[in-house]
Amino acid sequence: MSITARDLCRDEFFYGHKACAGCGGSLAVRNALKVLGRNAFAVLPAGCMSAVGFNFPQLCFANNAIISTFAGTASMLTGVEAGLRAKGITDFTAVGFAGDGGTADIGIQAFSGAIDRGDNILYICYDNEAYMNTGIQKSGLTPFGAKTTTTPSGKNIHGNIRPKKNMFEIAAAHDIAYAATATIGYMEDFLTKVQKASEINGTKYIHVIAPCPTGWGVPVSDTVEIAREIVNCGLWYLAEYENGEFTLNRNPKQFTDVSEYLKKQGRFRHLTDDDINLIINSRDEKWNKIRKDWKFGKD
Amino acid sequence: MKPYLREKKTFGFNETPENTAFEAGYLVMVNSGWRSIRPVINSENCVGCMQCYLYCPDGVISIENKTVQIDYDFCKGCGICSKICRLNAIEMEAER
Repeated sequence: MSITARDLCRDEFFYGHKACAGCGGSLAVRNALKVLGRNAFAVLPAGCMSAVGFNFPQLCFANNAIISTFAGTASMLTGVEAGLRAKGITDFTAVGFAGDGGTADIGIQAFSGAIDRGDNILYICYDNEAYMNTGIQKSGLTPFGAKTTTTPSGKNIHGNIRPKKNMFEIAAAHDIAYAATATIGYMEDFLTKVQKASEINGTKYIHVIAPCPTGWGVPVSDTVEIAREIVNCGLWYLAEYENGEFTLNRNPKQFTDVSEYLKKQGRFRHLTDDDINLIINSRDEKWNKIRKDWKFGKD
Repeated sequence: MKPYLREKKTFGFNETPENTAFEAGYLVMVNSGWRSIRPVINSENCVGCMQCYLYCPDGVISIENKTVQIDYDFCKGCGICSKICRLNAIEMEAER
């Protein structure tokens, strides 16, 4: 069963926000809330989506939403879920929307604890690959070679020297009830995963790539296109983890050109051919492992 | 149901809400001033595939009875809708 535009609830739950034009994160939040409906209780830590959603006296959420501490998205979700359960409310989803820094760096401890307890929560990480809200600093999910204000590119060092943390497999290694990767470029796939996760009892994690035109250095109209290209060129993959098994949802027969994907973005424009070859090699290595060990779902 | 514009009022300390805001979906400001280009629908080309609605980060596109409408109060003019449309039914025009 997959969700299409026609199945979506016509209500808007995230509207009038102050996100930059063409923001990928706001698109992920908007559509995920449309799937979860008015009984979603959203928790947002410090990050773009709380900065653009709650500008007093303005409140852009139409459902229940609260800002948590930066490190405490998952622990606040635990409390929200327990509190609602204690009040006898059964028909709800406790959902968190944290950025990549709030998930992979600052919030990882609380998140790990929530999975360990098996709390019935849905944690969505919208990954724009750096701390965009504070002006583009490197996070644990910034990919190799990307230029940020804390990993500048110069003669000797070409942007970020460390690879992207594998947050999806870190969540899966906890033996989580459900984990998935997605991109806002393939919206039906993302929304189907949100729907599926909301019906599972236990801790759920969805990692969705949400490009940031400001930080990535792409035109504001290209957000969706670049979110598709990252999957098509093999630098991101659409997969699920359930019942102890990894499933690959999309297995491209041929990858599109990685350097074309990189050169479109201001943050990668400084990369040399050697740097790009390193990126291609690590991609191929990853895909060899994926194709060897993971199951293939239907494309 | 969606957040909607209210009249911006001044309020005293004792009227300040205890929560994050007055109530859910409380808007006091439009975003239309952010825009340098605006999307314009060409209904002749539109077949109602709803892709623009699906990919609009601001949720300003709505489709009722096969007619597409844009809430220009909150459209930021990013142009994703125009790019996603395979039938070229959305043109971006300069704001004047």
